[in-house]
Amino acid sequence: MLSAQTFGGGPGKMKDYHYTGPVEHRFSPYAFNGGTVLAVAGEDFAIVASDTRLSEGYSIHSRDSPKCYKLTDTTVIGCSGFHGDCLTLTKIIDARLKMYKHSNNKSMTSGAIAAMLSTILYGRRFFPYYVYNIIGGLDEHGKGAVYSFDPVGSYQRDTYKAGGSASAMLQPLLDNQIGFKNMEGVEQVPLTKDKAVQLVKDVFISAAERDVYTGDALRICIVTKEGIDEQTVPLRKD
Amino acid sequence: MALQDLCKCRDNFLDSFTTFGKKTGCNSVIPFPDRTSWFNFYTPVAGYLDESPIQFGQIRPVQNSSDIFSQDSVAPSLSSPTNLPLSSSQSVPLPFPMSHGTTTLAFMFQGGVLAAADTRSSCSGLVACPASQKILPIHSHLVGTTSGTSADCALWKRILARELRLYQLRHGRRLSTRGAAKLLSYMLHPFKGTELCVAATLCGWDGGEDDGRRDHVGAKIDCREMSGLGKPVDTSVEEASQAETKTSSSTNLRKSESFSGPSLIYVCSDGTRLQGTLFSVGSGSPYAYSILDQGVQWGLTLQEATAVAREAVYRATHRDAYSGNCVDVYHISSKGWTRRSREDLKEEYYREKRRQEKREKQERDFVCVKDLKQTKME
Repeated sequence: MLSAQTFGGGPGKMKDYHYTGPVEHRFSPYAFNGGTVLAVAGEDFAIVASDTRLSEGYSIHSRDSPKCYKLTDTTVIGCSGFHGDCLTLTKIIDARLKMYKHSNNKSMTSGAIAAMLSTILYGRRFFPYYVYNIIGGLDEHGKGAVYSFDPVGSYQRDTYKAGGSASAMLQPLLDNQIGFKNMEGVEQVPLTKDKAVQLVKDVFISAAERDVYTGDALRICIVTKEGIDEQTVPLRKD
Repeated sequence: MALQDLCKCRDNFLDSFTTFGKKTGCNSVIPFPDRTSWFNFYTPVAGYLDESPIQFGQIRPVQNSSDIFSQDSVAPSLSSPTNLPLSSSQSVPLPFPMSHGTTTLAFMFQGGVLAAADTRSSCSGLVACPASQKILPIHSHLVGTTSGTSADCALWKRILARELRLYQLRHGRRLSTRGAAKLLSYMLHPFKGTELCVAATLCGWDGGEDDGRRDHVGAKIDCREMSGLGKPVDTSVEEASQAETKTSSSTNLRKSESFSGPSLIYVCSDGTRLQGTLFSVGSGSPYAYSILDQGVQWGLTLQEATAVAREAVYRATHRDAYSGNCVDVYHISSKGWTRRSREDLKEEYYREKRRQEKREKQERDFVCVKDLKQTKME
């Protein structure tokens, strides 16, 4: 196998490629299936949006594989990363929700689901679920809540968060538009639901332009006390 | 589950308890003589510990520890998937990096303990969270700063908080900071050699309750406490000092006073446990140490101490790439912990810049005046 030497021959010179010997490739139990997830919390609503492209390497497996999953009437989770782990994780969460419902006779609140997911993820600390989760929903007071996770279970409550392949591109934009960061002398108006939905659509259109793993279509789930409303918006297919 | 522990009898843990003592060569003075379910906490790696110890480079603690661990799990089905065929000795290579990098510090002064930390969580170059909480309160008089992998720190702090609460319910008093540090260190010990990374400083205020007695004296104190809570301090403490092999001929009064007050202990997942008066942990700690070594004295007022802590974090965030954003300051006194509101250090940078400009302007004016004088003299 070929290897490239990074510090070859001084600045400006081309890297030296030479044969270092046979290189063993270990079987990796993970794969990266791409996709971007975003969640925004407002005063009395929460929005969870994801693209619907499922890719692996240079191929697209599916153009219609949304990454938002409805958990309860007030909570939606978005999972991106390795699709196999996403499916298993959502199955486990559904099972635990049912168990809770049967033993406690009420649905789990968003905060409780977040805490439970943290312990589920940490239960696999040494062979983690390769999933970036974001939970969006209404808390017990009816206010919007977003909980963002890392793959091993560290979480916290935010107002907005982007996760997945285009997260590094989207997060600064959200910081600026929703958090009013890095701007001086601006009036901070609270976010209305329609403005938030429009912002999410614009943000995903931008992401699809620059990230190869994001595109095809956008699925938006809007969580209000009336229920969960879903919209689908087409994105670039190339 | 906690209520279950309190109400029911737990004979099955007796065997595991004594076996643990033998396996790791503990001496007979074990801090938890109560034989309560010391191991009855859910740790996440039941199946992992089933593997041969040679593969993972760690000492296997107890034969039936894995049974105990999985008993407490809420969903037993979760522990079964961990019996995976891990063929090689290294763990599975992760496709993503963990969050690391921080500046946290804590020091003791006459007003208690002060803990400060930045709020940036970075993930190999990307700021995963600019507003994370690195100082986590554990109970009303104990606060822990966290450094290392944020998930590990958050979860182990939660487990520690649960265990301390159970201790409080079972024994009727809070565990001291030293005891909490020891407990955390022992809980992390099975994971020594793995990639778990927790470096915490526990800052707390001990005592200040009806009786200032400590728990690390041994079994005798506990029994006596259980039997006669209204007993005067003197007799029990006297016998306790005999039970201990201390050479100091301290008076009873001094004994009950010396363990009440602020306490600061550093615990690390590699097994380190240090008691001290000043600690700074993280990638920005060298910069923080330089400010703290110069500024920290015992006699500081709260305002002065807060200013020093804040300055130390600010300088560290300036120089260390992995620290930044805001600073959190917590103060622990006999009344418990209080939190100063989170301060964004961006304003401080601008203030500093303005001060710098003013200084430079003054220097320029001074030089001009000097030149003028020299030319006059010639």
